[in-house]
Amino acid sequence: MKQEEFPMLKEDYIYLDNGATTLKPQCVIDKIKEYYETYSANAHRGDYDLSYKVNQEYEGAREEIRKFIHAKEKEEVIFTSGTTESLNMIATGFFEKIIEPNDEILITKSEHASNVLPWFRLQNKCGAVVKYIPLDENHYVTLEEVKRAVTPQTKIIALAGITNVIGDERPIKEITKFAHEHNIFVVMDGAQSVPHRKTDVQDLDIDFLAFSGHKMCGPTGIGVLYGKRPLLEELDPINLGGGMNESFDNPNEIYYKELPHRLEAGTPNIAGAIGLGEAVRFLESIGMENIETYEKNLRKYAIDKFLSIPHVDLLNLEADGGILAFNIDGIFSQDVAYYLNKYKICVRAGNHCAKILKSEVGVTNSLRVSLYFYNTESDIDALVELLKDKGKIEKEML
Amino acid sequence: MDEELRRELIMVHYKEPEHKYRTDDPNYQKVNTRNASCIDNLDIYVKIKDHKIEDICFDGEACAISTSSTSIMIHNLIGKTIEEAKNFIENFENMLEEKEYDEEILKEANAYNEIYKQGNRKHCAYLPYEGIKKVLNEIEES
Repeated sequence: MKQEEFPMLKEDYIYLDNGATTLKPQCVIDKIKEYYETYSANAHRGDYDLSYKVNQEYEGAREEIRKFIHAKEKEEVIFTSGTTESLNMIATGFFEKIIEPNDEILITKSEHASNVLPWFRLQNKCGAVVKYIPLDENHYVTLEEVKRAVTPQTKIIALAGITNVIGDERPIKEITKFAHEHNIFVVMDGAQSVPHRKTDVQDLDIDFLAFSGHKMCGPTGIGVLYGKRPLLEELDPINLGGGMNESFDNPNEIYYKELPHRLEAGTPNIAGAIGLGEAVRFLESIGMENIETYEKNLRKYAIDKFLSIPHVDLLNLEADGGILAFNIDGIFSQDVAYYLNKYKICVRAGNHCAKILKSEVGVTNSLRVSLYFYNTESDIDALVELLKDKGKIEKEML
Repeated sequence: MDEELRRELIMVHYKEPEHKYRTDDPNYQKVNTRNASCIDNLDIYVKIKDHKIEDICFDGEACAISTSSTSIMIHNLIGKTIEEAKNFIENFENMLEEKEYDEEILKEANAYNEIYKQGNRKHCAYLPYEGIKKVLNEIEES
């Protein structure tokens, strides 16, 4: 879908690394260019028309994102540099204050590093304990396993909506319902789900959500922290400085601004935020349900082809996201990626920032194809054609 | 070195690398070397006696270029004095950096004489040298 909107696709690349970042449509590029070329002033300092325009666009983007994730108020949408910063703000700015020794934080072994290390830090700093919800044979999280893993000490459940290596979708709504019945907070890492699914934070009832703009056709260096307003009110800003203070005279008299500005110190990534707003408009014009259906069908098409190649070891036959994790029997994943690169096919090789997953799947590294709506069946055909001939891979991988 | 020979050398040392095993022998100094931008991750064990490299072995996971480069490096460094080893490494570095170097000294390691053309694989070839340099420097400092 919409291939013609992406300048990068005119370069005859086959881009299959959308889990890492996505390509940008012309409208997003134009929107950023327009800011830099025609109203390149600062936000929130509106003493002149240009600055007022910046403010309108910047806050307009926030409203666009609020609608996109179905948040109640736009003050619940905080611009950050991305999922990583958002998750760190949640862990450090909110939970560090309330976590107590022996409180338990539940994650899984298939989380991305950004949804592991901030919790490890809470363990090391505050004496909390990070525990893992066991995964089933397909590496899925089930509500039953969550129920079994929860103890009276459980304070936080932090999960990706969809994981970045396996591509399994978690039953976040059901987990959250159970968690809230037991006074447990739920943090959702939306990096791999928000770009590919309709996200309704009110329906899911999650307490916090983190996601990145660049994985959803937006610019790099911009992302979002969503939190329920009463919780965000309690979240301490990690960065203090310009744009977030109301007034100050001395260390004892400092007044911060209201949300969302209190959590956005310094000149924000204005171009990034405006670009992300445009990306969201673009995705909405296609429709998130359409994107989800298209990707599911394309994955099914790819799986059928993959299963016909005997030397492909597929690690995630069952998955909901557009991700295929696999290895070519007897060839190191990195070498296969270099081979495909010679044909301008971009796939990822490695552990995909999920370093504790290896103990779960028994494989230390793999190739990952991650799809987006602009990928096509002919992209898959080209990939499969190159993977079919193992002799050719070995011959050309150097 | 012609294309065919280069390929064959790399493939032989990748498929059947020399000295690929780990050791617990306390006479070996262990160093880990990894590629931050990819997943190559090797442990190299070096035994030095009387200022001479008596033995080296390695273990870990790495791509064809890294694995073969390690095997070829080990094949060439065993038996050399620290000075000779440093000279070998320096020549290898010069080759990767497209500077002048002595082909005679590098022997099989000349198989990587065109790797500079593939920017993203240069570091794969250099990985074992980075590790061994750490060991040699530590020894010199002590």
